[in-house]
Amino acid sequence: MSDMTYTKDMFQKVKRESYHADEIKRPTIKYWADVWRRLKMNKLAMTGLFILIIMGIMSIIGPHLSGFDYKEQDYSQVNIRPNSTYWFGTDELGRDLFSRAWLGTRYSLLIGIAAALIDFGIGVIYGGIAGISSRKVDAIMMRIAEVIYSIPYMLVVVLISVVFSTAGSGTSMFVLIFAMTITGWVPMANLVRGQVLQLREFEYSMASESLGASKGWILRKHIIPNSFGPILVNVTLTIPRAIFSEATLSFMGLGLQLPKPSLGTLANDGLAVMPIGLFYQILIPSILISLIMFSFNVLGDGLRDALDPRLRK
Amino acid sequence: MAKYILKRFALGIVTIWAVITITFILMHSVPGNPFATESRKIPPNIMENLMKKYGLDKPKSEQYIMYLKNIAKFDFGESMKSDSETVNQIIARGFPVSARLGLQSILIALIFGPALGAIAALYQNKIPDYVAMIISIIGVSVPSFVLGSFLIQFVATKVEWIPIGGWGEFRHTLLPSFALAVMPLARFSRLMRSSMLEILGQDYIKTAKSKGISKFAVIMKHAVRNAILPIISILGTTVSDLVVGSFVIEKIFGIPGLGQFFTTSVFNRDYTLIMGVTVFYALVLISAMLLVDIAYMLIDPRIRLTKEGH
Amino acid sequence: MSKRLLVLISVLLALAILFTGCSSPSTDEGDKNSNGTPGGQTTGKKILRTNNSSEPGSLDPALAQGTHESWILENVFEGLMTFDENGNLVEGMAESYEVSDDGLTYTFKLRDGIKWTNGDPVTAHDFEYSWKRALAPETAANYASILYYIKGAEDYNTGKASADDVAVKALDDKTLEVTLEAPTAYFLELTAFYTYFPVNKNVAESNPDWAKDPSTYVSNGPFKLVEWKHNDQVILEKNPDYYNADKIKLDGIDLDILEDQNTAWQKYQGGEYDLLVDVPTSVVNELKTKNDPQLQIGLQVGTYYYNVNPKVKPFNNAKVRKGLALALDRETIVEKITMGGQIPATGVVPPGMKDENGNDFRESVGDLIKYDPAEAKKLFEEGLAEEGMTVEDFNKQGFVLLYNTSESHKKIAQAAQEMWRTTLGIEIGLENVEFQVKLNREQSGDYQISRAGWIGDFMDPMTFLDLWWSDSAFNDVKYNNPEYDALIRQAKSTNDQNVRMKAMKEAEKMLMKDMPVIPVYFYTQPYTVKPNVTGIIKVPVRYPIITYADITG
Repeated sequence: MSDMTYTKDMFQKVKRESYHADEIKRPTIKYWADVWRRLKMNKLAMTGLFILIIMGIMSIIGPHLSGFDYKEQDYSQVNIRPNSTYWFGTDELGRDLFSRAWLGTRYSLLIGIAAALIDFGIGVIYGGIAGISSRKVDAIMMRIAEVIYSIPYMLVVVLISVVFSTAGSGTSMFVLIFAMTITGWVPMANLVRGQVLQLREFEYSMASESLGASKGWILRKHIIPNSFGPILVNVTLTIPRAIFSEATLSFMGLGLQLPKPSLGTLANDGLAVMPIGLFYQILIPSILISLIMFSFNVLGDGLRDALDPRLRK
Repeated sequence: MAKYILKRFALGIVTIWAVITITFILMHSVPGNPFATESRKIPPNIMENLMKKYGLDKPKSEQYIMYLKNIAKFDFGESMKSDSETVNQIIARGFPVSARLGLQSILIALIFGPALGAIAALYQNKIPDYVAMIISIIGVSVPSFVLGSFLIQFVATKVEWIPIGGWGEFRHTLLPSFALAVMPLARFSRLMRSSMLEILGQDYIKTAKSKGISKFAVIMKHAVRNAILPIISILGTTVSDLVVGSFVIEKIFGIPGLGQFFTTSVFNRDYTLIMGVTVFYALVLISAMLLVDIAYMLIDPRIRLTKEGH
Repeated sequence: MSKRLLVLISVLLALAILFTGCSSPSTDEGDKNSNGTPGGQTTGKKILRTNNSSEPGSLDPALAQGTHESWILENVFEGLMTFDENGNLVEGMAESYEVSDDGLTYTFKLRDGIKWTNGDPVTAHDFEYSWKRALAPETAANYASILYYIKGAEDYNTGKASADDVAVKALDDKTLEVTLEAPTAYFLELTAFYTYFPVNKNVAESNPDWAKDPSTYVSNGPFKLVEWKHNDQVILEKNPDYYNADKIKLDGIDLDILEDQNTAWQKYQGGEYDLLVDVPTSVVNELKTKNDPQLQIGLQVGTYYYNVNPKVKPFNNAKVRKGLALALDRETIVEKITMGGQIPATGVVPPGMKDENGNDFRESVGDLIKYDPAEAKKLFEEGLAEEGMTVEDFNKQGFVLLYNTSESHKKIAQAAQEMWRTTLGIEIGLENVEFQVKLNREQSGDYQISRAGWIGDFMDPMTFLDLWWSDSAFNDVKYNNPEYDALIRQAKSTNDQNVRMKAMKEAEKMLMKDMPVIPVYFYTQPYTVKPNVTGIIKVPVRYPIITYADITG
């Protein structure tokens, strides 16, 4: 009703320094203590964590416990079923499977975790930026991701491992991880972007935005913590997927380079004696893989519940 | 909407072009040629004849332009390894087989996966949750070559009605479909469980509940509908991965699908076939992703796909 | 629940049904054969069911490359000569032949009443046409070099001469005259090789795609191609018009294309196959230990060896190479690792080939390599000293053994590595690459020791000794010894077996003195046959011959 005119200079942008209303006041340390407290209550998750710790320790000391070297061949002790001397039996070349299995666990874990972390890092950064950027940048970024992802995964992995095996010494662990992550991060980026698109429409993001918060800040403080659940679940599944990819590559003869065993190459070796009824050679690495998967999954679920800000009391 | 689809279509063509270019560079950077065989080497003069026959003696740039021209006409050329079939014929023959297997598996996964996940979420940390978890963990725990081999060893050889590998009738598809479905089923159920839990904790669900709407209606109306989104976001890639075939399952069960060519074509340096399956895969994937985005938009109106929305 | 999701699922369902619908009709008929009861006797027909392992690249004899093609071709085609039910080389399409005194000109007379599966008579013109077709540069036949024994063949194939310069001529419908470049004692056997098979001239000229489809496929052998389901199954049926049809007991052969060895073995065990050639190693060993009569260990002319790169110091020294060779305990390798009944190598030429007196060539040359750790160490260290090196220097170089990725190569390489370490005190690393990468590195000389193998094409020591001729395209180690070349040239100049065999025996001894390659073992071909299947024979240069098989009871 007033005839007063508003001019631009009458307004002043609220500076972030002077406006802390939207900041999380609770100290970080308490937040993690809280997460831990909640996690401890989840028996299944703790079982998973316990198994992972045991397997982690065994992957370090396991290869030295049986007294047999993992690569020593003994042709007089070929294909021995598990007994008191050879706890996990021996393979076709008379090598001790106990040492080999735990060493394989070590390399499989390393490959899985490294690949998952790289996928996670690239995926979150890339997907997050794409989701929060302008439509044009988003479109270009998604296009690039789409191109990378549109090249069949197996084809890329095979090509990469062949190209790089010419330069150096076979399929090294780094070539394997590189080949697996080159397309592996895209699903993660897609997931993050999808979450961001969905979450930025929620009222609290809009509120922050209208209150002058920068995009990066919204991403860090709202979107990433809120999309942590699905992302974490995805990471816990990326580790098994990387371990699987390595196993599949072993099946094609492109697995981890000698003399290092992985659970994948061990399972593949076990396949060779399956037709003559020696199942322990494939069962042992398969069970170890399953244990790793189980643990990561229940731990991931437990973490998800514990981290979820909406479930905090 | 039509404008959006048209735009995506144009972008799809750009994507395909980029894929062709990258694949071309990659495959020619790998040493070897399509004619070498493991058992027998080919003398240089005969190699020359072969190179000439398939146009590999021409400069790379010329070969690249030839590829582009032919692919524009949907002609992927002659396979350099198989004299009896063109690349188009190989795809036309292998794809229906892989697609059938893949779609059967996706169906199994889509029917049981989200259901399992929803049950797990509704009974969080109770017995049904654990049962669902064990099922899905078994699914993600066993490498497909182990699972496939065990299925053959312990099911196919024991149950007379189920054949040991091969292809043809419905019963041939049972074990491989199951083996392929286990992984996406587990992924779907876990994603479903996690997003359901998240949504069940949200205010609008509480509001709906407090308004006295029945639990079932709340779950169906709000929770499931929203929780299914993350599944749909990975559906596109899952479908295209499965539909073009799984190398491992097809090899173990002796299924004449497309999956094997993704690896054998590289080992054989069958350039035309590498290009053919890559472009074909990219086409399937891009179409699947477009469909998924449309589905996403239809299911969740909050997601903006068009400028008009703002 | 969201109706749209239901729609999505129904669309997928519809697609699945659609694909189910389009893929089943084409696959229904063939399956009745493969799902019969053991013995394939469901319809009273004798069908031999087996696995061909890999998809044939082409069923055109000129374009075939390996056993997954030749095993089929040898049943649907027949050359001038062929192998009979006892494994002897006998006249096939030819009724008789004459050889000129200088051993250069062969005149073949064709049988009467031989027919193509489309009813046309098989003529000498078909042979002339087929051989020239296989040699034409534009055909680009992978295996054209096996025709190079014919005068003018190599020049035509390399574009230096025309088809008319190839010395093969049909004098009339029944007479074929061939002139060779040089006397070739094994030429008759070569005419039984698949590249020498005839194709129907009229059919091939009028329809270049004739070999791609069973409906246009025309052949002249004991069986005919009925169905070819790519990557799935090849079905052959007895050819009633074959001149020797009485000798063919089978009504048909079903060959699956199943790559996975374990699955194939399960099918054999489950009674779905009557014969299996590509048997998993662990199974071979198990059956061998149990003396299971189903297991046959067929002879094969093939040698597994390691190339040693003479361009790399100290491998230029023959004593070093010999030291490496003598340090390998081949008995252990074949007994404990390969386990398929392979034979420890005692030279480069495998057993099974006869010398001038009808004795085994291998036996009459004797053992040229043995396992002798003490001698190995002595020679190796002497050689190193001559090159001014010590074992420590050697180990510092980081030499590797290069092999193409495969389970069996890996196991053998690991064993060799261990034997060299314990006997000679040297560390040799292992490197596996894809086989094309290995070929590439061998060609460019970028290796120290590399795995190799050679399967002979015909039953004459020359199929091996020819490899290390300085002109040979297959001489990976670039072995160049004028004296060796002279011996090979001498053996190639005559049909006189006394002269040839003497020269070849000398040559092999010379080769094993220089040791440019380290032979490891001689290949064998294990296969399993059901007890009710008879008449499968093994000629060393062939896959098990199933043409004359019979199924009883």
